[in-house]
Amino acid sequence: MRISNLRFEISNLLLLLFVFALLPSPAEAQLAVRGETVHTMAGAAVRDGVVLISGGKIERVGPAASVQIPAGYRVVTARVVTPGLIDAHTVVGLAGYLNQPHDQMQVERSAAIQPELRAVDTYNARERLVEWLRGFGVTTIHTGHGPGALVSGQTMIVKTFGDEVEDAVVVPVAMVAATLGDGGLMEGSRAPGTHAKMIAMLRAEFLRAQEYDRKQQAAKEGERPARDLRAEMLARVLRRELPLLVTAHRAHNIVAALRLAKEFNLRMVLDGAAEGYLVVEQIKAAGVPVVVHPTMYRAAGETENLSMETASVLRRAGVRVALQSGSEAYVPKTRIVLFEAATAAANGLSFDEALAAVTIEAARLLGVENRVGSVEAGKDADLALFDGDPFEYTTHVTGVIVNGRLASEERR
Amino acid sequence: MRKRFALLLALFCACSLARAQERPVAFRGATIITVSGPPVQNGVLVVHRGKIVSVGASASIPEGAEVVDATGKVIMPGLVDTHSHIGGGSGGDNSVPIQPDVRVLDSINVRDASLMRARAGGITTVNVMPGSSLLSSGQTVYLKLRRGGVIDELLLRDARGEIAGGLKMANGTNPLRPNSSGPFPGTRSKSAALVREQFTRAQEYREKVRRAGSDKSKLPPRDLALEALSEVLDGRRVVHFHTHRHDDILTAVRLSKEFGFRVVLHHVSEAWKVAEELGRARVPASIIMIEAPGGKLEAMDVSLTNGAALERAGVLTAIHTDDYITDSRYLLRQAALAVRAGMSREAALRSLTIAGAEMLDMKDRVGTLEAGKDADFVVLSGDPLSVYAKVLETWVEGVRVFDRANPADKLFATGGYGAGRDQKLDYECYEEAEGGSNR
Repeated sequence: MRISNLRFEISNLLLLLFVFALLPSPAEAQLAVRGETVHTMAGAAVRDGVVLISGGKIERVGPAASVQIPAGYRVVTARVVTPGLIDAHTVVGLAGYLNQPHDQMQVERSAAIQPELRAVDTYNARERLVEWLRGFGVTTIHTGHGPGALVSGQTMIVKTFGDEVEDAVVVPVAMVAATLGDGGLMEGSRAPGTHAKMIAMLRAEFLRAQEYDRKQQAAKEGERPARDLRAEMLARVLRRELPLLVTAHRAHNIVAALRLAKEFNLRMVLDGAAEGYLVVEQIKAAGVPVVVHPTMYRAAGETENLSMETASVLRRAGVRVALQSGSEAYVPKTRIVLFEAATAAANGLSFDEALAAVTIEAARLLGVENRVGSVEAGKDADLALFDGDPFEYTTHVTGVIVNGRLASEERR
Repeated sequence: MRKRFALLLALFCACSLARAQERPVAFRGATIITVSGPPVQNGVLVVHRGKIVSVGASASIPEGAEVVDATGKVIMPGLVDTHSHIGGGSGGDNSVPIQPDVRVLDSINVRDASLMRARAGGITTVNVMPGSSLLSSGQTVYLKLRRGGVIDELLLRDARGEIAGGLKMANGTNPLRPNSSGPFPGTRSKSAALVREQFTRAQEYREKVRRAGSDKSKLPPRDLALEALSEVLDGRRVVHFHTHRHDDILTAVRLSKEFGFRVVLHHVSEAWKVAEELGRARVPASIIMIEAPGGKLEAMDVSLTNGAALERAGVLTAIHTDDYITDSRYLLRQAALAVRAGMSREAALRSLTIAGAEMLDMKDRVGTLEAGKDADFVVLSGDPLSVYAKVLETWVEGVRVFDRANPADKLFATGGYGAGRDQKLDYECYEEAEGGSNR
């Protein structure tokens, strides 16, 4: 072959590639998902339902009898369809599966209080555990800095899809994470060394942030004090723009957190709450929602009294409850919120309540219910497909759709 | 003092026996998963004096039996957990890498809440192991989860009347100390060399003992570590070998072939890579279902398909909790996850029961529901592989050791306030015995 011919071949090939790039890839094509049961989480489940998807959004949902599948839509079938699952608290993406220092970015213990640490600066969208969660139907995760320092940093909300954080992000700054319990203590003579000291430090820090915010607001243009990223973040918490996510397990630590919320009029989300069933009235009175520890979490140390029925007890009392995979230091490196919801469904929550705790209720708790958490027209096309009761151990996930793309067809 | 302790023990045993029903108990109406045969619908299970008297669709109910209506329930053999750390026991320390003289039984707290959780999970027989941070961290112990206040009440005896147990060994990264200047290994090949060295010494020791015969004066000075390894070489003590990576798995097999010791491979995270080799080597495997990869480098390729792969390869396969890695209350769930990933239901049910019993040399006593075997069984509210099924009762040798209807027991099934504390013994006879000894 002469050089000029080769050039011609290459240019033709490039042209072809260009044309293909303009066509929607099969994964992006318009989809029609037909399910024997579609749990929309917005009203009753639809029997023999159809979900039409276009442009990454849900166009229409209803019974097959009334929703025509337009020509050109790829049809995907499943026994059971649910909204894409939401993991209301994890550290996946900051924590990696290798569990080596270079892939464990969820806690930074050089200082006790570091709300300025942003999750977007360290989230690895290509982490194998992100894809792993997605394979089990999880399409949205609230991840970021985890329990393990008094104020460990910021959290964010992402989809489990995309190669870079920019592709995945839904809410770049969701909450500021704090720990009130043994996990946030420092060793030796470093503070905080006690639970009381934790509260003292938080109070001092919030007072400092109040003062900073007051000066910033009062200052004339050009005379503002130097920016303080740490105080700025806490000021956003004080202004109720962001919730303080407080991991606390013991009843007295939970009550201490609520006391702090009252003193500074904070929006608070409780995380973990192993002994939450002991202080249900206080939690309810404070109007604080709870991301309950993984139902199958290990009972040891400050979680020794955890109960598989806590989600149910709180829910019965009218507390908003979501479920989570939590954070794990060893094996398995992550839990899967589908399984945690399943165990909750077997321990007091009804099927619908357990499913809501990993879909619409989780979305409301995270403030993203306008985009995810239910199968409704206009929402992001995030769906999980199953070949039976999603909570049964022996049921498989048969497909996962994120942003209207069939992200996984592997049977899991 | 010792005499008083012995008396106390005798009283314990008397109490336990007394609690194994004098009257036969007959469960009627349940679906009975015998594991030794197909499930029996609307079956009858009769137990008496700690043993199964009869089981089947047409088993007759003896005169005077207490009849329990178990309609709608499922009865299956008590679960056998081949690998657990309940009771907070310890093994060897950090002094040397091979410590077969250390016995985990000397350190187990049988009142620990973890034992009650295991009963709540339907476990009746358990191999409690020391850890995996040494090449050999010591002797394991096989327990029946009878409700007792001291470990002696939970022990099992082997055919020779000795306390039953195996030997824990480990390879891969856990026993490595890369920066140590000895005596710990820094590489995998050194690990194997150290093990070979000890087994070679044990072979010589065993030979000296053999040659001494009945002439006690010719016996070598008693060496507890070499004695335990001799028991391994004699086939009386099974090696429970913690191993993850495919090459480590085959190294464990290679060592067992070289020295002729009986081995059960544990965890076997990469079993799916070497399943055929394991089938050919006829080496049993006890696996764990971990729902996500990683957490440690050796477990980065762990797969829920291990059960299916080993079944296809014809490997005797059990499933274990490694409690606290997975909680004893979720052993049934693990088998269900194996089924989710392709293992047959029948193999999964065997992996929870008779397969483990075989690995612990207890298959003639436990692991199936057959006449003559120990009356160890679980009463469930539904299918054992369903998330919605609850363990309602757990029975060991004809004694109900867990009853979900009792709030004090349910606390350990679901958790709740006080579930983390050591269990309070609620046996009247125990208190009497204790009071008696104090007087």
